[in-house]
Amino acid sequence: MTRHADPTQVQLTADGRLKHFLTTEGLTKSLLTEILDLADSFISTQERAVKKVPLLRGKTVVNLFFENSTRTRSTFELAAKRLSADILNLDIARSATSKGETLMDTLWNLEAMYSDMFVVRHADSGAAHFIAEQVTPGVAIINAGDGRHAHPTQAMLDMLTIRRHKGTIEGQTVAIVGDILHSRVARSQIHALKTLGAKEVRVIGPATLVPKEMAALGAKVFYDLEQGLADADVVIMLRLQKERMSDALLPSESEYFKLYGLTEAKLALAKPDAIVMHPGPINRGVEIDSAVADGQQSVILNQVSYGIAVRMAVMAMAMSGQASEQAAEKSQGETL
Amino acid sequence: MPSTVNSLPDAEVLFQQLGANVKSYITDNNLQQPLLIGIRSGGAWLAQRLQEELELPELGIIDISFYRDDFDERGLPIRAQGSKLPDSIEDRDIILVDDVLMSGRTIRAAMNEIFDYGRPRRINLAILLDIGGRHLPIQADIVGAKVALSANKKAKLSGPKPFSFSLENQS
Repeated sequence: MTRHADPTQVQLTADGRLKHFLTTEGLTKSLLTEILDLADSFISTQERAVKKVPLLRGKTVVNLFFENSTRTRSTFELAAKRLSADILNLDIARSATSKGETLMDTLWNLEAMYSDMFVVRHADSGAAHFIAEQVTPGVAIINAGDGRHAHPTQAMLDMLTIRRHKGTIEGQTVAIVGDILHSRVARSQIHALKTLGAKEVRVIGPATLVPKEMAALGAKVFYDLEQGLADADVVIMLRLQKERMSDALLPSESEYFKLYGLTEAKLALAKPDAIVMHPGPINRGVEIDSAVADGQQSVILNQVSYGIAVRMAVMAMAMSGQASEQAAEKSQGETL
Repeated sequence: MPSTVNSLPDAEVLFQQLGANVKSYITDNNLQQPLLIGIRSGGAWLAQRLQEELELPELGIIDISFYRDDFDERGLPIRAQGSKLPDSIEDRDIILVDDVLMSGRTIRAAMNEIFDYGRPRRINLAILLDIGGRHLPIQADIVGAKVALSANKKAKLSGPKPFSFSLENQS
C-alpha cells in the first residue's frame, strides 16, 4: 500500500481538476474561486419553484458518518437530493463497525452496492484521505470533517458567506475566536483565507486553546479578545467543544464568556459593518451573547443556506473530475 | 436541405434576416408579451440584440450546464454562469433562441430547465443557422438560414458585436 504524503495531489486529476475534496490546503486560488462561483449558481437554482437540477441523476451518494453531526449530514443530504442523486444515510457509529467490521471492509461492502460518492465524517485526522487512496477509481470522496485536521466544506461555505456579504475576500481582516485547538474548521479556514487573499487572519483565544503552530499557518495570534477584534471586517466565533475538552483547559463556562464571549460591547470594537459568523451549533451565553447571535450583524443563518450550495458545488465538481478521468482512461485504453 | 457547403453565410446578414423573421412570426401568431430566452453563450448574445431591435421589455438567459446529457463523458463545463429568468414564466409565450441547431440535445436540455421554472403557454424555437444532423425530433419555428455541412464539420458563432461564423472540426 502506497501513501501519498500530500493530500492535495490525491484530490486532483492529472489536469488539475477536483476529483475528491479532502482539504483546502494546497488548492489554488482559481480552483477555490471556481467552487465559490459554482456555489453562487446553485444558490440561484434553489430559489426556483423546482429546486433540483438533474446533474447527478442516477448517481448514488452515501453519507458515511462515523461521528454524529445533524446539520452537516442533513445539508449534504439536501445537496445530493438537489443534484438529483440518490442518497443513503449510514449511521456507522451505531452499526457495522461496532460489530467489529474494519473501515475498509465497510467501504468495500458499500462499493459493492455501486456507490459513486462517499461523504465521510470521522474522528481520526486523515480518515477521508486514507479512504480516497483505497477507493476504486471513479468513486469520489468528500471530507465532511476528519478529527482535528480539516472541514473543507465548512471553510468554503464561510468563504462564500464573506464573499456574498463583503463583496470580496481580498483585503479583509478576519478574526477567528475561541477553541482553535480542537477546531478543524479553523485550520481549513486559514488555508482558504490566505489563498483567497485576506489581508490578515487573526486567531483569538486562551493560550490553552490556541496552539502556537497557528502562527506557522500565517495567522496572527491574540490572547486578548478586545485587541484581536480591533478593526476586524469579519468575526468568526467557534463553538466551545465541551465534549472534546478535559477540565484542565478551561476554568468555567462563565469565566470563558467573560473573557472570550462575544457581546455587543465587544463587537463594537470591530468595524461598524463587520459581520458575525458561527459554524453552529451555537452555545448562547458561552461563546456568543444572544443579542449578537440574533443581531443585525449576524449572518449565521445565511451560512446554513450557503452550506447547501457549496456542498452541491464540490459534489458536482468531484463527480465531474471523476467522470473526465474515467473518460480519459477509457480513450487511452482504446488507443493502446 | 441544400447541398453540402464548406463556407458559411455572413452572420450579421443572417441576424438581420432572423430579426425580420421573428418580428413577422410574433405578428402572424399573435404572441402576447413574448419572452425571449437565449441559451448561453451564442443564443444569449442573439437574444440580447433581438430584444434591443424588437424593443421587447424582458429577456431571459439560460445556462444548460446542469441539464446536459453528456455529464458522464465530459463532466461540468469550466464555467457554469447560471440562468436568469423573470420571476414567473407561467403561461408565457416563449421564444427560445440559439445560434446553431444540430443534434437538438441543447434544445432538449433548455426545455427541461425551462419547465423547472414553471409552465409556459408555448415554446417557439428561433435559430440563426440550422445545419441539420438531428438526433432528436426537434425543429425550429424561425430560422435565419439552413445549410448542410459535411459530416465532420460544425459551425461556431463569435460575438456579440459583430457576429461571425467559423467552421470547426467536430470533437
